[in-house]
Amino acid sequence: MLQRDFIEKRVHTLFMLVALFSITMLFLIMLFLFVEAIPLLKHVSIKDFIFGNYWYPTDDPADFGVFPLIAASLFVTVLSGLIAIPLGIMTAIYLAEIAPKRTAEIIKPVVELMASMPSVVIGFFGMVVVAPFIQKLFSIPIGLNLFNASLMLAFMSIPTICTISEDALFNVPLSLKEASFALGATHFETLAGVTIPASLSGICTGVILGMSRAIGETMVVLMVAGGAAVVPSSIFDPVRPMPANIAAEMAEAPFGSNHYHALFAIGLVLFVFTFIFNLVADHISYKFRQTGEASL
Amino acid sequence: MKKRKFLQNISFFVFRLSALINGTALAIIVWFMLSRGISAISWEFLTKAPFDSMTKGGIFPCIVGTAAFCMVVLIVALPIGVASAIYLNEYAAQGKVVRIIRLGINNLAGVPSIVFGLFGLAFFCIVLNMGVSIAAGGLTLTIMTLPVIIGTSEEALKSVPDTYREASLGLGATKWQTIYRVVLPAAFPGIITGAILSLSRAAGETAPIMYTGAVFFTPTLPGSLFDEVMALPYHIYVLATAGTNIEATRHLQYGTALVLIALVFGMNIGAIILRMRIRKKMRI
Repeated sequence: MLQRDFIEKRVHTLFMLVALFSITMLFLIMLFLFVEAIPLLKHVSIKDFIFGNYWYPTDDPADFGVFPLIAASLFVTVLSGLIAIPLGIMTAIYLAEIAPKRTAEIIKPVVELMASMPSVVIGFFGMVVVAPFIQKLFSIPIGLNLFNASLMLAFMSIPTICTISEDALFNVPLSLKEASFALGATHFETLAGVTIPASLSGICTGVILGMSRAIGETMVVLMVAGGAAVVPSSIFDPVRPMPANIAAEMAEAPFGSNHYHALFAIGLVLFVFTFIFNLVADHISYKFRQTGEASL
Repeated sequence: MKKRKFLQNISFFVFRLSALINGTALAIIVWFMLSRGISAISWEFLTKAPFDSMTKGGIFPCIVGTAAFCMVVLIVALPIGVASAIYLNEYAAQGKVVRIIRLGINNLAGVPSIVFGLFGLAFFCIVLNMGVSIAAGGLTLTIMTLPVIIGTSEEALKSVPDTYREASLGLGATKWQTIYRVVLPAAFPGIITGAILSLSRAAGETAPIMYTGAVFFTPTLPGSLFDEVMALPYHIYVLATAGTNIEATRHLQYGTALVLIALVFGMNIGAIILRMRIRKKMRI
């Protein structure tokens, strides 16, 4: 009996330690980003780094202004959001409320397959198929640009938005909808007046996580965005979002150089963006989580 | 009354349309890769190494490299992920600690893939002195896929009815005996589903391995965990952007992309079918 209890305690402690592994790794990621980014501060102030307009890391003297990169990241994220958010949410509504059960069972795996599509394949598709197409369609000089990248990113964030929203819509208690029907509302009125408001927190979480995925996505923007480190003036300008810049230059930045530290500093900025997105999403889903009909 | 019905018809049409747009987008991508890549696929393509500055030959070393990364992920991430899920679902009292652990896992899931690459480079390659290797790349992918495994394993554990646990505990088994003999076997198919999904994610990712494990070209197959390798996703990127003759190797690029899609979709469809079977069984 004693041995059993002894094992029991050991097992409990062991599992707890293992469970702490993820958070330890998250902590280590933050630590390493900071440690590798901080030496840059000796050469550039934070203000010049974030708001500097020129990114010439290999010139002498070098310029480490990442404003064009941050702007590019924000532009592609917002533009992809304009495409992905309506499509993702409307598909979720279709799946949760309108589609016959049979059809939904076919479309749900399709959305999952969209989510699993390797980013490098989407980037490749954007490069060889979409770029020449939109180049001809809009008669613009270059097909690798902000618009193309946003389209490809939208494809990647739709599944995230859709699955999380669908979950939220699906979990709205039936009695709420029935009450609405009983008052004479149509299916659409019930949807707009009851179901969607009741699942709004879940939908918001989905949207934020989808945007977080878009801003952090690397291969697509590396291959499709065009790569010019200037603040874009139209949606057909080539841009250079933060992840693309890190991926493109890491190979040529000598270990321990200012350039190397600057790339980690960009990584840190990117991490802060996604971290805030995730904290907000977590806060919304925790604070407004549905614990029954009474919580509405 | 008519107006209300009209409004509903219009909006439902738009909802249907958006679902259709998504499906069409997926179909278009797959169709392009299939129609242009299929001609490149041959037994030779799958089993030979590339030669003539990668303008000819096959992708065998890339398949081996991707398989090697997946093995590392399977061996390291699966036990850690399942153990974390067991702790969160079976042991932990729902309180502050669990809330923080979950927050950590959620945030880990949201870290951009290139940031994992940076971390892998600084930590595994340089601080732990692994260099650019299967081990360093595999461990970087492990951290990235961990949230997926934990999430799906937890789901699987949750789907085991409490009556199972109560019956076992009622017979005098300890908690660990219950988990080991009753809960885990019942949750096993679900956990396998999660493992397959996370492997497919690891197989398709490029950014985390770009600077930690994968290289343009290796003359020989890897001999140990500390060798650098070629990998399918990175190979597509290299051929499409930095090859010696990008236009001439187009069919090889499509072919490699097709192999990668087939691999990833195959795993995902397998997992989806497995999950459907489990759900059917649970209903009965």
